[in-house]
Amino acid sequence: MANNNFDLVIEPNKTTVDLFKELLRYRELFAFLAWRDILIRYKQTVIGVAWSVIRPLISMVVFTFVFGRVAKLPNEGVPYGIMVFAAMLPWQYFANAMQESANSLIRSSQLISKIYFPRIILPTASVMVSAVDFLISLVLLLMLMAWYRFMPSPLILLMPLFFIPATMTALGIGFWFSALGVKYRDFYHLLPFMVQFGMYVSPVGFSSSIVPERWRFIYSLNPMVGVIDGFRWCVQGASVPLYMPGVISAFIISILFFFSGVWFFRRFERSFADFI
Amino acid sequence: MNKNIVIKIENLGKRYLLMHQRREDLLYNVLANKLKNFCGRVIHPFKARPMASNIEEFWALKNLSFDVELGERVGVIGRNGAGKSTLLKVLSRITEPTQGRISLKGRVASLLEVGTGFHPELTGRENISLNAAILGMTHAEIKKNFDAIVDFAGVEKFLDTPVKRYSSGMYVRLAFAIAAHLNSEILIVDEVLAVGDVEFQKKCMGKMDEVSHQQGRTILFVSHNMSAISQLCNRVICMEHGHLTLDTKDVTAGIKLYMNTNHEAKAFAEWLNDADNIKFKNPYFTPRRFGLYYADKQPVQKSITRSDKVYVEIEGDIETPDSALCVGFALYTQDGLELFRSFQTDLLNSSGELKILDKHVILRAELPVNYLNLGDYRLMLIVGLHNRQWLIGIDNNTPSADFTLDGLINNSPYCLDRRPGFMAVNLDWQLI
Repeated sequence: MANNNFDLVIEPNKTTVDLFKELLRYRELFAFLAWRDILIRYKQTVIGVAWSVIRPLISMVVFTFVFGRVAKLPNEGVPYGIMVFAAMLPWQYFANAMQESANSLIRSSQLISKIYFPRIILPTASVMVSAVDFLISLVLLLMLMAWYRFMPSPLILLMPLFFIPATMTALGIGFWFSALGVKYRDFYHLLPFMVQFGMYVSPVGFSSSIVPERWRFIYSLNPMVGVIDGFRWCVQGASVPLYMPGVISAFIISILFFFSGVWFFRRFERSFADFI
Repeated sequence: MNKNIVIKIENLGKRYLLMHQRREDLLYNVLANKLKNFCGRVIHPFKARPMASNIEEFWALKNLSFDVELGERVGVIGRNGAGKSTLLKVLSRITEPTQGRISLKGRVASLLEVGTGFHPELTGRENISLNAAILGMTHAEIKKNFDAIVDFAGVEKFLDTPVKRYSSGMYVRLAFAIAAHLNSEILIVDEVLAVGDVEFQKKCMGKMDEVSHQQGRTILFVSHNMSAISQLCNRVICMEHGHLTLDTKDVTAGIKLYMNTNHEAKAFAEWLNDADNIKFKNPYFTPRRFGLYYADKQPVQKSITRSDKVYVEIEGDIETPDSALCVGFALYTQDGLELFRSFQTDLLNSSGELKILDKHVILRAELPVNYLNLGDYRLMLIVGLHNRQWLIGIDNNTPSADFTLDGLINNSPYCLDRRPGFMAVNLDWQLI
């Protein structure tokens, strides 16, 4: 039977609509959800948005003190505070974005069980909060450079390039974990450990150049290695050569994470309401 | 094919798997099974597992087929668990069907709950924008309708207050106001009018009326409130166990049929105590029989008219006579409103003293049905020792008798239906 004159046909196990068309239609909802998350974040606090400046500031001070003064790690000619902050910036962004996105579905279970919208909006929109935090921290980094009277190389303009794999990895893992977490809350409890563990294996407090050469590529399979190296490279300038295989693997692996995440999420989003 | 069909449902089915967690399972077994299944689950986490003994299938919807035409206002009725809400969820794409097909024409907006997506920390103003976007309004539509929403909800003064400080009434009003201004071709509404005070419910009904009648939109409306259904809808669908049991454009007849099948088990307005297993046994008054009867002692069948002479009778046994014994009944409307209660002690005997009841008694009083409005009623037995204790208080187990008052209120050509008001009294009008 011809159903051409119907706008929408709902059938089991069938992706009924084109994702991009659907996302375009719901782009305003995306904006509103992101806006809501940013708005409610510091409601009923006295200093409000200032928190998003104070938090990274405090952790930077702690890091600089512990690793620069107490542990006395080498700094490759760049003030240690900047070294650490340039790595912490992408790492904090990645860790927050991943957690926000992975928990987004469980947090909005009421919405999922009562209203239809493309579910993928939820984990994606929740990354926006972390992106805003990232921008604030970026300004802090620039202020820190001014404080140390450190002139960044022009390469700093390439920084947004490394923002892309960080976001895609965070979203990819976010899609996987949020979809799995709908039915198995275990993933919800697993994530904090992953973040903690990830920080030790990623070159946040140290430089990835201390990794022996023959292990370097294996080490770079962690996409955040390439990202963090990239951020550092942008700040320090071309004097320290960038380990290119690491950067390339970061891009490839982040793309893999992202698209497999989208595929997995799309495959099961229609049954979320039954399990959440 | 009919061009006017906007919703076409073919052979729709929705299955849920109920997992019964067995407590007797040893932790070791559970862990072993989990481990065994784990690999499979990571690859196909949402795939139904093979049927184990502790998994039970449940079809919330089964072989459901019907069409809805443009501008139809369909009331969906049925008991709890009949599949009404599941149908709406599948229709609004919240959950996917297990089998069958739904074809839709036009934008669908569904309102399954009032205030979904409201964030308590956000102000009224912020929540209007957010909630409207969640329900599918575009930015331009939100702007256009903003004032109308605020006006309808009556929350002008509190627009910049977080909604967590709102009274529950204000909260619901705001939420409904947003939903009422949705501008979609098909509107799906689940039992949302059951909230708010009477005044606001009226306002909601008015708005729904306006939306459906004047704007000619297609509406699917689930409700247990039959008067709302009969007021709004021009077609009624009745569901039971996921099937369609009734589909008619004669709303009044459909509702009546549903109400009658609902009371099937109680064909007579009579309650009889179980002879083998006597309930409510106590030394002061053990009820045997309670109900509504005609003058010839025949129990009343479901419906009576206002001109019938009917009597409430209460039969029971007394072992220990007590002067404080009160035996009577309360009369409830279908909405659960108590109209009045009456006890045998209300009328003193001729000497002005209470007659102490003893042994086997039958009490009888005429029920003034000519003062009652048309509708469904329930009689409930009340027995107590005055100021000492309740022997049979009013709760779900109380002996009760249901009846329907039908027919005409009077012979006036202008009074063919139920009248507003709890009672309907024919006064003796005179021209002087």
